[in-house]
Amino acid sequence: MRGQTAIAGLGITEMGKVYGRNVTDFAGDAIALALDDAGLEKSDVDGLLMNANHSPEMAPMLQLSLGLEDLTLISAMNGYGSSAGTMLQYAAHAIATGQAGVVACVYADAPLSQGGSISQSSYSGRGIGSDTGFASLRFAYGDYGPANTSYALACRRHMHLYGTTHDQLGTIAVGQREWAQLNPRAQMHGKPMTLADYHDSRWVVEPLHLFDCCLVSNGAVAVIVTSAERARELRQPPVYLLGFGQAAPGDNRRAEREPAVHTGARRSGELALRMADVALEEIDVLELYDCYTYTVLVTLEDYGFCEKGEGGAFVEDGKLGPGGSLPTNTGGGQLSSFYMWGFTPLSEGVIQARGQGRERQVPNHDLVLVSGNGGTLNWHSTTVLGAAR
Amino acid sequence: MKPHTLLAKPVPIPDEESRPFFDAARAGVLLLLRCGACDTFMSPTGGIGTPLRPRCVSCFSADLAWAAAGGKGTLYSFALMHQLYDAAFADELPYNISVVELDEGVRMTANVVDCANEDLWIGMPLEVTFEQLSEGIAIPKFRPGLAA
Repeated sequence: MRGQTAIAGLGITEMGKVYGRNVTDFAGDAIALALDDAGLEKSDVDGLLMNANHSPEMAPMLQLSLGLEDLTLISAMNGYGSSAGTMLQYAAHAIATGQAGVVACVYADAPLSQGGSISQSSYSGRGIGSDTGFASLRFAYGDYGPANTSYALACRRHMHLYGTTHDQLGTIAVGQREWAQLNPRAQMHGKPMTLADYHDSRWVVEPLHLFDCCLVSNGAVAVIVTSAERARELRQPPVYLLGFGQAAPGDNRRAEREPAVHTGARRSGELALRMADVALEEIDVLELYDCYTYTVLVTLEDYGFCEKGEGGAFVEDGKLGPGGSLPTNTGGGQLSSFYMWGFTPLSEGVIQARGQGRERQVPNHDLVLVSGNGGTLNWHSTTVLGAAR
Repeated sequence: MKPHTLLAKPVPIPDEESRPFFDAARAGVLLLLRCGACDTFMSPTGGIGTPLRPRCVSCFSADLAWAAAGGKGTLYSFALMHQLYDAAFADELPYNISVVELDEGVRMTANVVDCANEDLWIGMPLEVTFEQLSEGIAIPKFRPGLAA
């Protein structure tokens, strides 16, 4: 499987407060952009994978809405934020076994409405207050919101065990904001941020500042996966799928394990690197899932870039930012560019591997490590992208 | 005491699965599911969506029964909610949402009461207490307890 398939097309719509387009519109836009990018036609597509999310449009019906015909692979896949990597994995297997030739993988979302605030969007966590039984218990404790509380609890645990500081978490946020200044597509382009700004940002759920948390975006991303041979005949430099892995460690909420600080990034990373036959030290660029700054920090530890608990000290010299020794989330990530779940790190990984990052292009970009993370550190995926096979 | 708010806080609505837990809470007892085959205790709620686990998380037996917990544990982690989602909580911001690790080896999410935010510390001993939310519904919370 190593290097047998490649990403041949990438489509990214305008991101953020983009109104007047629904999820289906965005998905269609992104797929059209990705096909054009690759030099392919609608009729070339025989596989469609949707990243299922809270939108009812991200379902097999999307095929009919978009008028795609004669598919031999279709599925709405959901490992939450890990899905982008698992979709690539499924697409690669289907292509390698002759089940499909050109697979479009798409994420689309439109949680923001004009005149409404983000806290009124589908990410508010308010809409599920009508639950009964144990699901209704959390609201009695005032535990509203999407995942902010559970990540805050995980982050606090890490801070307690290892002395991780807000200066260290803030360094991640500031580094990514600096990258976003080099990315015209980023929602935070033109809005620089200092470490003092980070500290001054309001608490959402302490220990999470506002600037520890990702953005919310309307938009879509699509990638086209095909065989390595076919990709070489197309318009763009192929980005080879060298390795992939998933890991879901589980969480039984028992004292024996601490999934809040030991995540599936470790196992999924091992699987992906082994398949790619690549050592961690060889990785040139990192695109890490960053729903929160803490996710970046704990993922770095679990991949083995530093020892468990040393993530804070590892990042505090700014090595993740522009000009640093370990360029990470080079488009600004979900903290500062746009929030398309695993398609944010994946799309930037494709741009970097191709060498199309313009101002923000990392000089060495042969090997790009992309992570996905869903739930509260429950579901992980890792993808190794290569500029060469 | 804070002034009584006119806005009602959400009151859990017991269903068939959770009724024993809420009935016991009203009587001042914290119940946990325990495995009849291997004695493993289960966290009283699950994860995302929080349904109860139908089988033992250790041996996968379906022979689970409610058993009274000792109600003692320690603070595993805590977060302070600053964002206002529900006006009924407005005069309590920021309030804690805490994970308690019970002596039975399970973690559960609740609030710690009778303790200022600045006095919370991970590892602090806690004991269960019950807050009556309505005539028929009480929920477990935790207050600072004596070290074991």
